[in-house]
Amino acid sequence: MKILNEFRMTAESKSVNESFVRGTVAAFAAQLDPTLEEIADIKTAVSEAVTNCIVHAYAHCVGKIYIYVAICEGGLVKIKIRDKGCGIADIKQARTPLFTTSGGERAGLGFAVMESFCDKVYVRSKVGCGTTVTLIKKTGGRAENG
Amino acid sequence: MSVKIVAAQQKMTAYLDGEIDHHNAAFIREEIDNAVMASKPEVLKIDFDNVTFMDSSGIGLVMGRYRTLSMYGGKLIVSNLSPQFYRIMKLSGLEKIAIINKREK
Ligand SMILES: Nc1ncnc2c1ncn2[C@@H]1O[C@H](COP(=O)(O)OP(=O)(O)OP(=O)(O)O)[C@@H](O)[C@H]1O
Ligand SMILES: [Mg+2]
Repeated sequence: MKILNEFRMTAESKSVNESFVRGTVAAFAAQLDPTLEEIADIKTAVSEAVTNCIVHAYAHCVGKIYIYVAICEGGLVKIKIRDKGCGIADIKQARTPLFTTSGGERAGLGFAVMESFCDKVYVRSKVGCGTTVTLIKKTGGRAENG
Repeated sequence: MSVKIVAAQQKMTAYLDGEIDHHNAAFIREEIDNAVMASKPEVLKIDFDNVTFMDSSGIGLVMGRYRTLSMYGGKLIVSNLSPQFYRIMKLSGLEKIAIINKREK
């Protein structure tokens, strides 16, 4: 898949950055001329992945969140959100709807939201090293000559 | 983000305005819980008409208020969800335990 444009940024794992990151990623993806619904889907999925870095990966510290976005021919958006936090021991269990290690006000539905709003969600993780979540979203794709 | 709470007799409505994410969910929770615990309304309606963004933190917020109300037998209504928010809420199965309504038109 030919990459038309790509973009990287690093953000500190502070909750105030959640809206900034999802808004910036969505603004970048807007080059593909997606529908409003597709933009909302991207914002929501990115918000889930970034919030997980803040709440889980760096639960007891402030760390860096590495964000990479590529827009590709055919209206495809590829987003990678990576942390160097605690990692996930059992990825299959983590992706199970309603599973959470936080309890209280967390629903355990972050991965379920990412999966329902994106076309593909890949998770790679190593305990003690960190986690990379890759989100793939197809959009209407009217910017072939970008 | 702002929360406006209107109470009439035994019914309380919390009008949410803005974005619901992990960053501001705690503020919304406190505003609603303070009002609910002070007067224990029979019905709490959370109105999403002016909500512009919501992720799973919004589900956590609603499920948490459901638990608060259940402790004393109160009922929860979630209203004016956009089609997108409705989809998110349904992932939780909330419609089985509370009344959830989409935005009109
Ligand atoms: N980046 C991450 N680093 C470490 N653990 C993670 C990460 N992302 C997710 N997890 C683990 O996976 C679990 C499930 O994540 P998910 O986003 O589905 O639910 P949640 O964050 O617990 O709740 P919600 O997203 O509904 O508020 C988390 O409870 C956590 O244990
Ligand atoms: Mg989450």
